[in-house]
Amino acid sequence: MARTDVQVMLDVKAGDDASFDFLLQKYRSPLVNFLNRMVRDSATAEDLAQEVFLRVYRARKQYTPSAKFTTWLFRIATNVALNSVRDTRHQKMEVSLDAPMDDGDLAPRELPAREMRIDEHMVERARTEIIRRAIWSLPEKQRAAVLLHKYEEMDYIEIGKILDCSEGALKSLLFRAYETLRVQLSPLVSQSAAHRAGEGRPS
Amino acid sequence: MKCEDAGNKLMAYMDRRANPAERNEVDEHLAGCAACRTRLAEFREIWNVLDEVPAVEPSFGFDARVRQRVAAQPQPRRWFGWLGIEPRLAFAAVLLIALTVWVAKMPTSNPGTTATAVAIQQEDFNAIKDLGVLENFDVLTKFDSLSVASASAAPQQEKSQPDEPTAND
Ligand SMILES: [Zn+2]
Repeated sequence: MARTDVQVMLDVKAGDDASFDFLLQKYRSPLVNFLNRMVRDSATAEDLAQEVFLRVYRARKQYTPSAKFTTWLFRIATNVALNSVRDTRHQKMEVSLDAPMDDGDLAPRELPAREMRIDEHMVERARTEIIRRAIWSLPEKQRAAVLLHKYEEMDYIEIGKILDCSEGALKSLLFRAYETLRVQLSPLVSQSAAHRAGEGRPS
Repeated sequence: MKCEDAGNKLMAYMDRRANPAERNEVDEHLAGCAACRTRLAEFREIWNVLDEVPAVEPSFGFDARVRQRVAAQPQPRRWFGWLGIEPRLAFAAVLLIALTVWVAKMPTSNPGTTATAVAIQQEDFNAIKDLGVLENFDVLTKFDSLSVASASAAPQQEKSQPDEPTAND
């Protein structure tokens, strides 16, 4: 019989280090990916993911299962990420390349103006970078909401608990976020359709 | 339903997290609103575009680093830790107190105990005196040396029992 994550966490609370290891194995990838999309650089994301596990460990004695384990875990992760983003905001201003984009004018900044051979791989990397930047350019709470919704595939109730907002507020938060993304990423949409048509995948 | 309301429900509609009632509402609106149909199609495209961001894997040393940081956590503090005293200092203090109490309780002048001891010694002496052997002094001295010899042999006997299990391990 499989233990739920809440039961596993209760075992961690009781002093079982193997259970902590189990949670580490299970959630390291989701956390690193979530934080990698929340903050700008991957080294920071890894450091923050470790910080999340450390906080889980530190809080083990006080752990009471009042919600789904993932709700608790991603609440910690979101707090850690938001604190980090706020702490490093001033550093962002210093590097103009890293500045968040505020309009839909994406392609000229990403692709070199002078003529050169652009292979498929480069195009793909450029596209990925444009998408990343569009996500990073969202206000923090909207960004967290999109990441939990799109990549962690959580339901509205759980995301609402993580971000401390009602279901209605969350829906409008998500709508605004996806509206921004729709405008910013519209240059990629037509390319995306062509890209997929070229690969013979159904659109 | 207004376009704004439909918009808020469009996400749930698209990601299939909307309940059937909500889906029907949105379906009805979409049937009569080309703008929202276009918006839905664009949302679907964006949804697909977002899938292009590849997932990353934690670096090789990730787990080890977490375990290292967990191990570096201070252990739950004991009572002397709670008092803010260093363990060795606390131990020294406890030892000093014990020593003081022990010295204070030393039987420097305890007439009751001494009298009892003397009485017992006298009793033993009387018992020995009654033994016939004691009348021969030679036997007594020889007996003494025998007892000394057997006493000194005893520890060696103990040592020659290596098979005794060491239960305390
Ligand atoms: Zn409409």
